[in-house]
Amino acid sequence: MTRRDRPGPLSGAAAIAGIGATEFSKDSGRSELRLACEAVLAAVADAGLEPSDVDGLVTFTADTNSEIHVARSTGIGELRFFSRVGYGGGAACGTVQQAALAVAAGVADVVVCYRAFNERSGVRYGLGQADRPADTGADGAAYSWITPFGLSTPAQWVAMFARRYMHEYGATSEDFGRVAVVDRKHAAVNPAAWFHGRPITLADHQASRWIAEPLRLLDCCQESDGGQALVVVSAERARDLPHPPAVVRAAAQGSGVDQHMMTSYYRPSITGIPELGLVGRELYAQSGLGPDDVGAAVLYDHFTPLVLPQLEELGFCARGEARHFIADGHLELGGRLPCNTHGGQLGEAYLHGMNGIAEAVRLVRGTSVNQPAAPGDVIVTAGTGVPTSGLILGPDR
Amino acid sequence: MSGRIGGPAASAGPGPETPGGRADGHASPGGRADDYKERLQAFTGRELSPLRLGPDPVNLPMIRHWVEAMEDGNPVHLDEAAARAAGRPGVVAPASMVQAWTMPGYAARRSQRTGAYGELLTLLEEGGYTSVVATDSEFEFHRELVPGDRVGVEEVVESISPEKTTALGAGRFVTTLKTYRDGGGEVVAVQRWRILWFDPARRPGGGPDGEGPREQPGQGGKEPAEASAGEPGAEARRDGGPGALRPRPALNRDNAFWFEAARGHRLVIQRCTGCKALRHPPGPCCPRCGSFDWDTAEASGRGHVYSYVVNHHPRHPAFEFPLVVALVELAEGIRLVTGLTGLAPEAVEIGMPVVLDWIDPDPDLSLPVFRPAGQEEH
Repeated sequence: MTRRDRPGPLSGAAAIAGIGATEFSKDSGRSELRLACEAVLAAVADAGLEPSDVDGLVTFTADTNSEIHVARSTGIGELRFFSRVGYGGGAACGTVQQAALAVAAGVADVVVCYRAFNERSGVRYGLGQADRPADTGADGAAYSWITPFGLSTPAQWVAMFARRYMHEYGATSEDFGRVAVVDRKHAAVNPAAWFHGRPITLADHQASRWIAEPLRLLDCCQESDGGQALVVVSAERARDLPHPPAVVRAAAQGSGVDQHMMTSYYRPSITGIPELGLVGRELYAQSGLGPDDVGAAVLYDHFTPLVLPQLEELGFCARGEARHFIADGHLELGGRLPCNTHGGQLGEAYLHGMNGIAEAVRLVRGTSVNQPAAPGDVIVTAGTGVPTSGLILGPDR
Repeated sequence: MSGRIGGPAASAGPGPETPGGRADGHASPGGRADDYKERLQAFTGRELSPLRLGPDPVNLPMIRHWVEAMEDGNPVHLDEAAARAAGRPGVVAPASMVQAWTMPGYAARRSQRTGAYGELLTLLEEGGYTSVVATDSEFEFHRELVPGDRVGVEEVVESISPEKTTALGAGRFVTTLKTYRDGGGEVVAVQRWRILWFDPARRPGGGPDGEGPREQPGQGGKEPAEASAGEPGAEARRDGGPGALRPRPALNRDNAFWFEAARGHRLVIQRCTGCKALRHPPGPCCPRCGSFDWDTAEASGRGHVYSYVVNHHPRHPAFEFPLVVALVELAEGIRLVTGLTGLAPEAVEIGMPVVLDWIDPDPDLSLPVFRPAGQEEH
């Protein structure tokens, strides 16, 4: 994974030509399948295509809406390519990688990536695993090392990393809070965001109740109902479609050494995110770009503390320095790396990272509600603490 | 200080049961709910009852009855000299008695169907939620009450949950904020009060799920498709009061040895017989040398806190909160997620030396926990 002088074969081969979503709510009142169909049809229409043009579908293993149900309900006919990616929110950018690979290899022409759920009004991930049914397969059995001791929810799992990070680098609750404040600031002007018109201050963050120390309520992203879809075609075809293409400069997955689901507590150090470091190295190698070439970011923000090591793993600052990078305002619109301009999952909606990819497309198109002047290439990350994925999207050139 | 109450016993709700089906259009196929949810949600932020002073001022006879009934032996509640010795100006009422000063009495309560409170009860009945069980009561106390104080309470709706499937029946959690004020209007205590209003006729599977969650048939690890109201029984167990079991380990051929040893109060570490490497969590094969052969080593039981969390929400009924969970690095070099005993959450520090202890939460489950090194075994 040495940095290449020129981009790799996947770089520039595919582009995101359409994005579409439902409204983001706490209680959609509709089936998850209906949300998926609405999002897919909206994305296909945004791309200027017909459902019958679609010949590939990709979603999460966690999604309840199988490709066959989505295809037959939306008028998508034959499918030449269908694939799923695992590990919760870590799958988000991986779906686009699957689609880009399929398009680049010519096994499909129009691939739609989608994720839809009633995560707030239905099964809430935030409630954790304590009361889930027994499953003695390897994934289910892995919970045996944590849930009998009362460590059962994503917030609690992340808190263990966060406490150690604070200890080693001197970070504070306020350093985590600044991530929430900038996300909510961006969400406040985004009409699609659940927290539209509701910015918070650092004092609000500090006054919010403990969920799992050192995490406060406002360190935890909301839970949402909704659907989001993305249409991937070849870069060549994208040039003939209505919107400026968001070219896939790089698309990578990563799973680290001694990887666990949210609880990789057994590595020599637990203050970094090695699997995301791997994704970053691969993204830069594929694209021929480096951190200095990236003008904006959408960083997965299910919990604020894990945004800090992402900045470090991706090379935007040195280890332990993210709190200074953030306090210096670099995630703001006028900063070095405008971040989560849609409001992130803390502010817009928790769509397992798929809404963040849509925001990166808008940044490339120049249509974000918080549009930086000329972001150029945009980096996107997926779920942290799990096997994960990332993208660099950029304008056609 | 905070406390919670809870219990599986449901009492009949006030007022007669209203015939007629659910007004809630939850999961009506293809369409949105009717306006029931909106009418219910309109109560969010609404004042249920305005400030109303209790019938009697804080007084010694009622304190005496209370502390006798509660078996509260603290002398500061009855003995002037003891109270002054404890830094009080005189006797003080038990903090958790604040609610008692504002209670209107049983006879008055039965006829209390007026105003916003009455409207809400009527609306809940319309949805079929005719029965009630209290699930949470969290207090913040701002000052101690002394004889002669007048105490009043005002109540505002904080939230009404979407419909949840619980072991008692489909229901909604209604959370209110009660603010207690003295005669001068100063806040003396704030209480977050949560009640489950439920429809006993809509109970999943026909009976309360009194067993641990792990007794349910597996679902292959997949989320139930279109589970519109969460896992049946989950909410009721979560708030199900004392006696709830801890989450069970999911035992299989790769991990059962460890929990079996724990039942004998032995903390073991899986050891590769090929290269002698220790590994945790265990697995069938050594990542270092590839051997499938292993035995176990007895842990010394010494270690230090590598990281820790203090859990507040959600509150699983099998645990006391706030709950400390630690990542302990054993002297042997492996790490273990475990509990900490014998110290308050604020006393935990990364790096503090700890030693092995054991808990037996129920007859089928023993778990290693750790306590500060140097502390006497309890």
